[in-house]
Amino acid sequence: MSNTTTIQVRVNGVSRTEEVQPRLLLVHYLRDVLGLTGTHIGCETSLCGACTVMVDGAAVKSCTLLAVQTDGCEVETIESLATDDGLHPIQEAFWDCHGLQCGFCTPGMIMATRQLLQENPSPSEEEIRHGLEGNICRCTGYKHIVDAVKQAAEQMKAGT
Amino acid sequence: MPVSKLVGTKVKRREDPRLVQGLSHYVDDLRMADVMHAAILRSPHAHARINGINTDAARALSGVVTVLTGADIGDSVGSVPCAAANPTLRTPPHPVLAQDEVRYVGEPVAVAVAGDSYTARDALDLIEVDYEPLPAVSDLEKALQPGSPLVHSQWDSNQAFTFECGTGDMDKARAEADVIVKQKFIHQRLAPIPVETRGVVARYFPGEDELTVWSSTQIPHLLRAMLALMLNFPEHRIRIIAPEVGGGFGCKLNVYREEGLLAHLAMKLKGTVKWIEGRRENMQATIHGRGQVGTVEAAVKKDGTILGVTYDSLLDTGAYHQLLTPGMPPLTGLMISGSYKIPTLKFTSTGGFTNKVATDAYRGAGRPEATLVIERTLDLIARELDMDPVELRRKNFAQPSDFPLQVATGLAYDSGNYQAALDRALEMVGYQDLRAEQQRLREQGRYLGIGFSTYVEICAMGPSAALPAGGWESGTVRMDFTGKATVLTGVSPHGQGEETTFAQIVSDDLGVPIEDVAVLHGDTAVVPNGIGTFGSRGISVGGTAVYMATQQVREKAEAIAANVLECSTDDLEFEDGKFTVKGVPDKGITIQEVALQAHVATKLPAGMEPGLQATSVFEPSNFTFPFGTHICVVEVDTQSGEIEIKKYVAVDDCGKVINPMIVDGQVQGGIAQGLGQALLEEVVYDEDGQLVTGSLMDYAVARAEDLPQLEFDRTETPSPVNPMGVKGVGEAGTIGSTPSIVNAVVDALAPFGVKHIDLPLKPEKIWRLCQGGNK
Repeated sequence: MSNTTTIQVRVNGVSRTEEVQPRLLLVHYLRDVLGLTGTHIGCETSLCGACTVMVDGAAVKSCTLLAVQTDGCEVETIESLATDDGLHPIQEAFWDCHGLQCGFCTPGMIMATRQLLQENPSPSEEEIRHGLEGNICRCTGYKHIVDAVKQAAEQMKAGT
Repeated sequence: MPVSKLVGTKVKRREDPRLVQGLSHYVDDLRMADVMHAAILRSPHAHARINGINTDAARALSGVVTVLTGADIGDSVGSVPCAAANPTLRTPPHPVLAQDEVRYVGEPVAVAVAGDSYTARDALDLIEVDYEPLPAVSDLEKALQPGSPLVHSQWDSNQAFTFECGTGDMDKARAEADVIVKQKFIHQRLAPIPVETRGVVARYFPGEDELTVWSSTQIPHLLRAMLALMLNFPEHRIRIIAPEVGGGFGCKLNVYREEGLLAHLAMKLKGTVKWIEGRRENMQATIHGRGQVGTVEAAVKKDGTILGVTYDSLLDTGAYHQLLTPGMPPLTGLMISGSYKIPTLKFTSTGGFTNKVATDAYRGAGRPEATLVIERTLDLIARELDMDPVELRRKNFAQPSDFPLQVATGLAYDSGNYQAALDRALEMVGYQDLRAEQQRLREQGRYLGIGFSTYVEICAMGPSAALPAGGWESGTVRMDFTGKATVLTGVSPHGQGEETTFAQIVSDDLGVPIEDVAVLHGDTAVVPNGIGTFGSRGISVGGTAVYMATQQVREKAEAIAANVLECSTDDLEFEDGKFTVKGVPDKGITIQEVALQAHVATKLPAGMEPGLQATSVFEPSNFTFPFGTHICVVEVDTQSGEIEIKKYVAVDDCGKVINPMIVDGQVQGGIAQGLGQALLEEVVYDEDGQLVTGSLMDYAVARAEDLPQLEFDRTETPSPVNPMGVKGVGEAGTIGSTPSIVNAVVDALAPFGVKHIDLPLKPEKIWRLCQGGNK
């Protein structure tokens, strides 16, 4: 499996040119090649959402996307959210509302929330629950996650 | 001005900033030089003889370091341990790789090690195994019948063990009873599904002859001891690190083949080897929970007095014992009395080997089975006697004055006020109105159901005499030169937030800011000794050890302060981190200054050792018994079989609360898993032992939309078993919730003559019942 192909991807604002195997999954590219281990792998079948990242502004499951499919794309991972000024309002809200316990699903859950709030800045409780149906959390029972999304929505609206 | 106390308040978790940024390190996130990757070939057969394995092509693949089979390993790694003590136990050899036979789908057969994980997986495709399929048995009850295929041919049956407990004369209870209620229960197998699967990195240091194993485990210290035995390698030269752990729910309270295998590989290859479990492997080869079948019989007087209960059960052990497999039935048997005074109780269990992966502890571990049986039985009795299930419960409840409550199973419950939790929940749910509404809706052809669970559970595992490998826990508290505090705990949190709650305790009692308290865990080279996190024991056993060590630190600090201030300790007051001489408020010394003095060591009382630290090992005198009432209100759509949870009220009592936000989170997460058992989750094997639910596509874990609005409250009945009065809360939601949901659905379908439904309550099953199907 020595055949490789060159891809150019902009990851968290940094342009990358890399020789990769065509079969390399995006999540392994991010984690193993770039060392961005905040994106987790929970099921390898797009069912749990732990690996959710943004590709060209849309939330995708990086465990079933090939790295070569993101050639020329803009990829954002959980590591891109916080700045020198502090946590992103979604991260802050998850912390405030106890929206996480073991934390393993959290990066994916936060990225899915980001997309949810981009598309619908004022979601109802039902819309939040529906919007997060692609992400499994086995610890929290989701109530505190829903609380966190509501708080983040309020904060982000106030901030814009 | 006094510093506000943190215990009992919502303190945001100190774990979270790293977690919300993805900056934490789970096993798979560790970056090490020269790491080799292992992939494991697993059996596609439930039962087969291995006539030969050809690994030549796999070994020849570029990038492959080695390929090993069971024959290559031979007896150089010992059997995977089972710690349960039971004289009737049959313990089959449990090698890290199958030797001559495979006995469940997913059993490890060979391992390939390569420079990268993709190549290691490629190598698996090149291994040829000559399997000769053998008759397999998947169904537990069939496995225990004469003539069943044998999982282990060295024995004449599949019986793995027997267990019984209880006291009283059931024949007499039957003779005195007006009514006998009987019901069979099936507790389906469940998959624990932490979102982080298992993973192991093992590294051998040849110069030092030392082994370090990073494992996603709940029990680093126990794992170290067990690996020492398996590898015949000195325990003091093994270091186990549980880094960030992404959930466990009991399935990481274990020692697995892969831990022994990876350690062996690291030593053999004199390097670092990594294995991360895939989700399909996780479904096949990580333990399952529950897997019990049983029949209850209750002898009852017409007025509702319960005279006696027997529960005869079978446990589907799977093909091999894991660490605590045979230890699950005792937890069911001991809790079969529930929150009721029942003079006669008898419990029996027979374990049966099947061609499936082992069952073991999954959130609740034996107690959800007990709670489902007794809480369903109460509803069956209520139906039989045409009594309100609430009144039946009130009649049989243990009263607050009964504690410590001697139960016929042999336990002594520590404290409880079951009536108070029930009353509060009834008030929240508006019970009387609900019954009227139920009647009104029935007349319109709509089916509302109200279900109760007035559960009690057993926590704070536990007195060492009752556990196979020690039930104590250690806590060390240390203050250094600059007045910062470090806590070492033997519990191994994986989401429970003890870096926060333990720091709350220490911060309050030493009067130091919480920012100045670090809580370290999960590394056997850092924490001197410990048992781990399971059985809702973190705060009640581990937290108590930390509390007691904190008191010792404070006592030593007081003695140093008195010496420095040239007074007696009796003359000192301690508030907000400062010792002052009574009546002379200007004369004082802060605990940080005392910490400095403790290390400078020039003003210590004669004979006192320098330093300011203490270790306490807490051995609990009894378990704790949290309890509560969960009430579920459902409406069943008889046309589709769908169940809508209209209202869910939970009033839980876990004793004293250190951090209410974290307690709420534990209860909510617990309910999600209990609801999963009631409505969604079921591991299915077909008759031949093939795993049908091998992915998250086939195995339904609750998602955000599956959870209803939940309403919560608490009562607080302190435990007398430990100085803080805490009980534990990790499993309460799971144990308490399932029966309330099932009872609600059965209640809703009463007009259809439905008296019982096995779990999970899938729409198809409900629809058939509504069409007059099997009741």
